[in-house]
Amino acid sequence: MIEVQDLRKTFKVARREAGFGQAVKALFHREYTYVHALDGVSFRIGDGEMVGYIGPNGAGKSSTIKILSGILTPDSGKCLIDGRIPWKSRQKHVKEIGVVFGQRTQLWWDVPVVDSFELLKEIYAIPTEVYKKNVDQLTELLDLAQLLRTPARQLSLGQRMRCEIAGSLLHNPKILFLDEPTIGLDAVSKLAVRDFIKRLNQERHTTVLLTTHDMQDIEALASRILLIGKGKILLDGSLEDIRRGGSHIDETVAELYKKFDVT
Amino acid sequence: MKKYLAFFRLRFTMGLQYRAAALGGLVCQFFWGAMYILSMKAFYDTDPAAFPMTFPAAASYIWLQQALLTLVSMGGIDNEFFNVIQNGNVAYELCRPVDVYGMWFTRSAATRVANALLRCVPVLAVAALLPAPYGMAAPPDLPAFLLFLVSLTLALGVVTAIGMIVYMITFHTITPRGVRLIAVGICDFFSGNIVPLPFFPEGFRQFSELLPFSSTANVPIRIYTGDLAGREMVVLMLMQVFWIVALVGVGKLLEWKELKTVVVQGG
Repeated sequence: MIEVQDLRKTFKVARREAGFGQAVKALFHREYTYVHALDGVSFRIGDGEMVGYIGPNGAGKSSTIKILSGILTPDSGKCLIDGRIPWKSRQKHVKEIGVVFGQRTQLWWDVPVVDSFELLKEIYAIPTEVYKKNVDQLTELLDLAQLLRTPARQLSLGQRMRCEIAGSLLHNPKILFLDEPTIGLDAVSKLAVRDFIKRLNQERHTTVLLTTHDMQDIEALASRILLIGKGKILLDGSLEDIRRGGSHIDETVAELYKKFDVT
Repeated sequence: MKKYLAFFRLRFTMGLQYRAAALGGLVCQFFWGAMYILSMKAFYDTDPAAFPMTFPAAASYIWLQQALLTLVSMGGIDNEFFNVIQNGNVAYELCRPVDVYGMWFTRSAATRVANALLRCVPVLAVAALLPAPYGMAAPPDLPAFLLFLVSLTLALGVVTAIGMIVYMITFHTITPRGVRLIAVGICDFFSGNIVPLPFFPEGFRQFSELLPFSSTANVPIRIYTGDLAGREMVVLMLMQVFWIVALVGVGKLLEWKELKTVVVQGG
């Protein structure tokens, strides 16, 4: 159970105009603006739910994921995940969750993927049988057989992403946060990843919260949608709720962003 | 404990992955050592009595220093953590169920040991084969050698703990360039990496010995060459222990402060 109440986070950003003169001026005087990444976000996600978290660029999606995974401390607000406050009991919390940051990598660049997995096994203290079973299963479902023996740097983005997802699931997390997991994937990999997430949710009852800009991900996966814009939750409902008969999903969402004036 | 061994194993295999880098480093250290000894020779030829160490001891000092460069000098600091802080992969580091300080401390110490194991054996082998005043001599006796090993382990602790403080500062500055450069410069100078500490003028030498940097390479290498023994050695080794405790304390305090305010930038 994930409970989030009135979460707020503000970032300080030094902004300036282009050019050398402006850069020199900024040496002495900086103008800061405050960006309200999260401006009172509240929601509740039950066990085994699969929720799509959407919103335009810079809406606060990644900030929410970072707070939920215990990396970022919010300015104010409450967050309880299975009774834990993520940023207060970070170590205990992260044992129970899996996170995939689509823009980052957790694989050691220079060694074969399987070496990274072995290290994750030790870090999470995964029993050998569980580890073996999970690797076998993930290898089959995500088609990793060849990839595991390849150094991470020689994998293509899509291949690497499949390995990243597998890496985040080795320790049987109850909750999975996916921050743009299908970014840069080809059609086949995308379908494989979607299929996989769906099975994970059905078979292991893993709670999944995923952010994406690919509306087909949402169509395929999420039974519930949270729409965030300018740091506020604007809509919480099912895909059917927001869809106007027959129109394309991308248009529907673009329409929504315009309606809420968050583009 | 198993976790930490696993870090070490991975590090070691990664070291093996970079064959060309290890070879390049080796050649560089060998030439550097030779150049250094020859310039020392020029000074000693002028007036051998003017120096606090005998020439063979100075030669041993230099070879040992080159062999242990990646182990106990600041330049051997693991750049991995600078990279993860800069490119944001630190997000993954923070979502592991382990204490960040402990994990990074072990990993950066493991990097040092793995790199040194790959490099020190060939340097020492060649240095031992060189003719008398230029090569590396054996330590004075067995107890001195054992004390050298103990002090070397302590030096590894001190230099890794200083490195941890540098990482924690990088959390704040995001770019490691300035901090790393300053840390390497100061540490190299005050640990006797450029000129051995016994060569420092009186007064300034005592001052330098009070700093944590002198508790790194300076102590074990001087024990090995026989320059350091008796009461002075005991005092300096106790200083090493003191600095490990103090620097780890400061590092953990900084970690606690930084992790509360850390922001992983970008989407």
